[in-house]
Amino acid sequence: MSVRRLHPVQPDSFAFNAENLAWAKAKIAQYPAGKQASAVIPLLWRAQEQNDNWVTKPVIEYVAHMLDMAYIRVLEVATFYTMFQLQPVGKIAHIQVCGTTPCMLRGAEDLKKVCQNKINHEPHHLSEDGNFSWEEVECLGACVNAPMVQIFKDTYEDLTPATLEKLIDDLATGRKVKVGPQIDRHNAAPEGVQTALTDPSLYEGQRTFVRVEPPPPPPPAEEKK
Amino acid sequence: MLADKDRIFTNIYGFHDWGLEGAKKRGCWSGTKGFIANGRDWMINEIKASGLRGRGGAGFPTGLKWSFMPKVIGERPHYLVVNADESEPGTCKDREILRHEPHLLVEGCLLAGAAMGCHMAVIYVRGEFIREREHLQAAVDQAYEARLIGKNNLNGWDFDIIVHHGAGAYICGEETAMLESIEGKKGQPRMKPPFPANVGLYGAPTTVNNVESIAVAGTIMRRGATWFASLGRPNNAGTKLFCISGHVNKPCVVEEELGIPFRELIDKHAGGVRGGYENLLAVIPGGSSVRMVPADLIIDTPMDFDSLGKLRSGLGTAAVIVMDKSTDLIKAIARLAYFYKHESCGQCTPCREGTGWMWRVMSRMAEGRAEKREIDMLLDVTKQIEGHTICALGDAAAWPIQGLIAHFRPVIEARIDQYAANPDHDGAVRKIAAE
Repeated sequence: MSVRRLHPVQPDSFAFNAENLAWAKAKIAQYPAGKQASAVIPLLWRAQEQNDNWVTKPVIEYVAHMLDMAYIRVLEVATFYTMFQLQPVGKIAHIQVCGTTPCMLRGAEDLKKVCQNKINHEPHHLSEDGNFSWEEVECLGACVNAPMVQIFKDTYEDLTPATLEKLIDDLATGRKVKVGPQIDRHNAAPEGVQTALTDPSLYEGQRTFVRVEPPPPPPPAEEKK
Repeated sequence: MLADKDRIFTNIYGFHDWGLEGAKKRGCWSGTKGFIANGRDWMINEIKASGLRGRGGAGFPTGLKWSFMPKVIGERPHYLVVNADESEPGTCKDREILRHEPHLLVEGCLLAGAAMGCHMAVIYVRGEFIREREHLQAAVDQAYEARLIGKNNLNGWDFDIIVHHGAGAYICGEETAMLESIEGKKGQPRMKPPFPANVGLYGAPTTVNNVESIAVAGTIMRRGATWFASLGRPNNAGTKLFCISGHVNKPCVVEEELGIPFRELIDKHAGGVRGGYENLLAVIPGGSSVRMVPADLIIDTPMDFDSLGKLRSGLGTAAVIVMDKSTDLIKAIARLAYFYKHESCGQCTPCREGTGWMWRVMSRMAEGRAEKREIDMLLDVTKQIEGHTICALGDAAAWPIQGLIAHFRPVIEARIDQYAANPDHDGAVRKIAAE
């Protein structure tokens, strides 16, 4: 558990824009009647995206009102789930560095140092220009591409301190960046020569299967006389 | 070694089209209608006969789980919930299914739903998997468009799929916490019984299955339970996605037969251990929640549920975390202790207080700033957490530490000696345990 509280400085109001409002209504309608509270995480998420990637008190009140939930129930959700950012984050990038053991084994601690040097010594604090922030997060589920970071919707994998520095610089100057593995590698496949799924016949034309049926049961043994 | 033609996930690396056209070409969505027409009992028996064990960690027989759902649909609807909240450190297999083979999952949902009398499935994707969720949602939309699912669809079983998501809570991978989360609450596990098969989502009968368990269902029915059961080893049938991470030359996700020996798995697919097998120190074979196994014990062990269980470890999610001799094992486990401290939902006192306590003691031990008697005290505390919480997170937090102490106690003691002998500090061991 971690202690998570709302930011001391809060804006006055929040409301979905027209597009998000239509999306939210459609989302709520997916769930069975009377179970609209199920949409609380998706709605808070959409609101966070609209609100410069952080959740404010007006966001929580707005979502609570929309779902006919008590304010405290939505506050509970917003503080329980750690992907809801409760303070402003970097405008260009909020870098989530995966620090759990599989990434740590492959050098995540050095990535943290890069963030401390280039952004702010403390996690969840903005850089001087307000464009960047960072935090250490728990396993992001890309362990075979460790170490890695996630920036908003995309992951950047197989990093080294040098490639992370370059990534931050490129983002800062608005250059195009490559998502996914930062080395010569395709997704979760091993680097270099492929060891599986190399048979080209699997991908030629329509693949069909013949069912393997169980062997017929043995004939009943003849009764001994 | 598993032949390519016997692999279920033929687009796991994303070299080909993950959309409906590509998936159909690879054999997905063929014969689906016929399997549903064969009826619930046929489908459940097929999965039972295949010997498929749940791929989410516990290895419970999937067919048996399906058979626990009420036979007749009563006043309450039945729900299928698919657990795509993949957050176990080391595990990244469901991610590949979601982004590169989403149609196998969508088809599997329909089949599993029809087998259990469900007309609605909720797929709960972890919040961090945003691009993966977009692929899955697109696949679901394609399936609706092609009338493969939805009302009055071509397959003859009315079925809706909701792609739901979390927002960064490991505990929501526990099945009842997941149900709470879908209902719009904090993800805190429920007491069992009642089990979800009786009182689950919205109080209705519900089955929660892992992504991989559901995604293989279609292929099992297409190729026959006998085919699936012929792969792997007795009681450990079929193929499994292995996620090989840590100190190997080429980390990767790969589908292999259950029971492949550790050495063969690493050599064939991951380019061997960094620095060779001489350099191997220990392996966590099934995600962070299982006990580690030292090099000499694991090296020729078949990677399956029963063989690893005999080593007091487990196959878990088949997330193989390899650690070579450069690893600071105490620090590695202390980092896992921090993970569990961070992810404890705070509901049960032994876990809420215990995970933090264990992390603090482990951090001191990583420095050597401890006393040797504290090792036994730590072990004792892990035993008091294990089995005394509503869900298995308490157990999962205790086991990595138990594994470390069981196999590497001399390493911890040496660290303590080294610290005590170091003249750079005052030598007094400050006691900071439970605050």
